[in-house]
Amino acid sequence: MKVVVLGCGRVGAMLATKLDQANHSVTVIDLSSEAFQRLSPRFRGEKIAGNGLDEEILKRAGIDTADAFVAVTNGDNRNIMASQIAREIYNVKKVLCRIYDPLRQNTFNELGLETICPTTIVSDLFLNALNGTLTSQLGSKNP
Amino acid sequence: MYILIGGGGDVGYYLTRNLLGQGHEVLLIEKGSSRYQTLSEDLGQSVIKGDACEASVLEDAGARRADVIIAVTGDDEDNLVICQVAKKRFSVARIIARLNNPRHEALFEKLGIDVTVSPTKAILSLIESELPGPRFVQLMRLKRAGLEILDMSIPSSSPVVGKPLSQINLPRRCNLALVIREREPIFPTGDTVLQANDEVYALVNSDAEEELRRTFGTM
Repeated sequence: MKVVVLGCGRVGAMLATKLDQANHSVTVIDLSSEAFQRLSPRFRGEKIAGNGLDEEILKRAGIDTADAFVAVTNGDNRNIMASQIAREIYNVKKVLCRIYDPLRQNTFNELGLETICPTTIVSDLFLNALNGTLTSQLGSKNP
Repeated sequence: MYILIGGGGDVGYYLTRNLLGQGHEVLLIEKGSSRYQTLSEDLGQSVIKGDACEASVLEDAGARRADVIIAVTGDDEDNLVICQVAKKRFSVARIIARLNNPRHEALFEKLGIDVTVSPTKAILSLIESELPGPRFVQLMRLKRAGLEILDMSIPSSSPVVGKPLSQINLPRRCNLALVIREREPIFPTGDTVLQANDEVYALVNSDAEEELRRTFGTM
């Protein structure tokens, strides 16, 4: 699978590294080339420093032939716009978008974007973890 | 009209002032604290602090009853999200977005934001029409009519030089509105004969631009 990952922060870098290890063809885009230091030293994919909203950069990253596009920059709006460019202009089959703001996620889900909201997921994870503790505490306080 | 403006930079600010002056009800939305402070000293109740991309902010700003929303932040992605949220959540009738990178126009159009203003493009057109030498510049697009206003200069090699207009095969829905010859305006009729170096302002159908280029032999 040919994947373009936009954003080489912690998540982008780990995702790119794992995809590369699984033998997919990966290209990572980030505004700053320093971000590429987060990648595994054995990373075989391509690294492109530049603005992922820019057509030229996206084409250089091979978006024309990509099977998947993942937008994980630290800006919800950048992710939203880049994902829509991938889907509407380049017709990439699988487009994934990280959106931190749950309300914005709602709107863009309705507009047909496939999104992942860390805020909701992580707070649910913490809730579940706490519930284990809470229940046992309540149990021991039973009169 | 009730107008919402997202983005309190210079464009947003002057737009607000202008529209208020024209008697409209305007609310400017700015997210930066210190910028908001400065703006509120001048605009008072006509500016609120908030991120215009957020549905809750737009709701509080009365987006439901807004006639127009104008997104003029300095970032295309923010303008895009403001417009999409306004359209999807609040069905605002008229949505106008500022486009900093003119190449994003196709995306905005595909996503149903049909009025985009690109300062870059506008300035480029104006500069191009000031440059000496042969030119073929699209000055303006009248999107809803499907027409363009073009500014072109006639090269000496053009097949239309020396011919009266009535004998030139113009594309349909094309009108040569004005000819400037040695700084003098000429309102052309069928008898007007075009000369080399004439500057012609034409109204033409958007898809007839190519045809016009060929007919006039312009670059």
